[in-house]
Amino acid sequence: MSRIHVSCNINGDDAEFLCDAGESLLDALRDEMRLMGAKEGCGTGDCGACSILMDGRLQCSCLMFAPEADGATIVTVEGIAAGDNLHPLQQCFLEGAALQCGICTPGFLVAAKALLDRNPDPTETEVRYALAGNLCRCTGYDKIIRSVLDAADRMKEEVAG
Amino acid sequence: MRYAAPTSVAEVVALLGTDPEARVFAGATDLVPQMRAGRPEPGLAVDLKKIDRLMDVSLEVGTWRIGAAAPTGDLTANAALAADLPGLVYAGGLIGSDQIQNRASLGGNLCNASPAADSVPSLVVNDARAVVAGPDGERTVAVLDIPTGPGRTSLAPGEFIVCFEVDRPPARTSDAYLRLIPRTEMDIAVVGAAARITLDGDGNCAGAAIALGAVAPTVVVVPAATEALVGGPITDGVLAAVAAAASETANPIDDKRGTVTYRRQVAGVLAKRAVTEAAGRAGNGGGQ
Repeated sequence: MSRIHVSCNINGDDAEFLCDAGESLLDALRDEMRLMGAKEGCGTGDCGACSILMDGRLQCSCLMFAPEADGATIVTVEGIAAGDNLHPLQQCFLEGAALQCGICTPGFLVAAKALLDRNPDPTETEVRYALAGNLCRCTGYDKIIRSVLDAADRMKEEVAG
Repeated sequence: MRYAAPTSVAEVVALLGTDPEARVFAGATDLVPQMRAGRPEPGLAVDLKKIDRLMDVSLEVGTWRIGAAAPTGDLTANAALAADLPGLVYAGGLIGSDQIQNRASLGGNLCNASPAADSVPSLVVNDARAVVAGPDGERTVAVLDIPTGPGRTSLAPGEFIVCFEVDRPPARTSDAYLRLIPRTEMDIAVVGAAARITLDGDGNCAGAAIALGAVAPTVVVVPAATEALVGGPITDGVLAAVAAAASETANPIDDKRGTVTYRRQVAGVLAKRAVTEAAGRAGNGGGQ
């Protein structure tokens, strides 16, 4: 069967790839676009390791058929830093030791970015709810939550100048 | 598997007519896990998300029209809808994570036909109607009449839901939904209970609907609770009768999420609390 041609924008760049109809967007990102940030954990939308933004909305790329991306704007973890400058979330995750094995980290970063994009000043409870769709089996979550709150503070300071 | 993303209801009807193995989807939050679990993939997956009627949430002449494929996150973000139908919007917002709520839809929740679907009891107590499209045109059917058993619906081959119609609640009317899960997020209801209450000017109950999820093969309504409520004040005695009626109506199974005895008990407790919450909001003016 002929493969499907998909045109989209990924991390600010126009992109094209060929995919099968039943292929997940996650597989297309990893195998066709060689963007290895998003991970497959469960493959059923429970763990959030494959989280991406599509048209600004946080979604599990494992639940998306790759052809759905045609015409869409996608942001993966590879796209959240500004060139060589890490995103404050990435910097705070590093400084706060918010990862051990790192498999879940790209998903957490993208989900946390989605939260801070819409709510720059979240409470701890709001962070915990917003990240409920991301599972980590190493850190016990506390360092992750604290790092997101630290990043929010840092971004507010940057805005305040 | 083939993939199609039509932009009109008529195109979907035509596509479903070409392939008996075709299946419509919105968020695929049930479809993909089912495929991963070994169910055969559909011959043709028809993406409904490019069709305005399937995605729009709008208020027209006293009736909300909620696209069957609209993600539940769109409902939560709609302040006017949440003011009118707080229980329904809350129920939609309980389903899965933020990631899921940016994909999962009321149409999918209903047509996946899980007895534990969180949004269905709330649709039922609000007398929601489904606009169903198919080879013979469109028909409107009560949401209550769609699920017929776990994983089964009354939709004929080639039919799919376009949108839901929910009338704005009258004055002093509101709804509520409560569910029990053993954690705070990301779980499937052990029991769910929805209530919609209308009060009269004296604070007496003038209308009541109660529906339960996860305690029978399909969503069930509790007419005996309505009888106990309507016509008088909502006293502790009436609430006890509501709880007893809900426990009596529940016809649950034993599974890893709960036993029959536990689910019957919790059905009564949640029904009582949902009535109290809905009545409290109704007393504060309700949806309007």
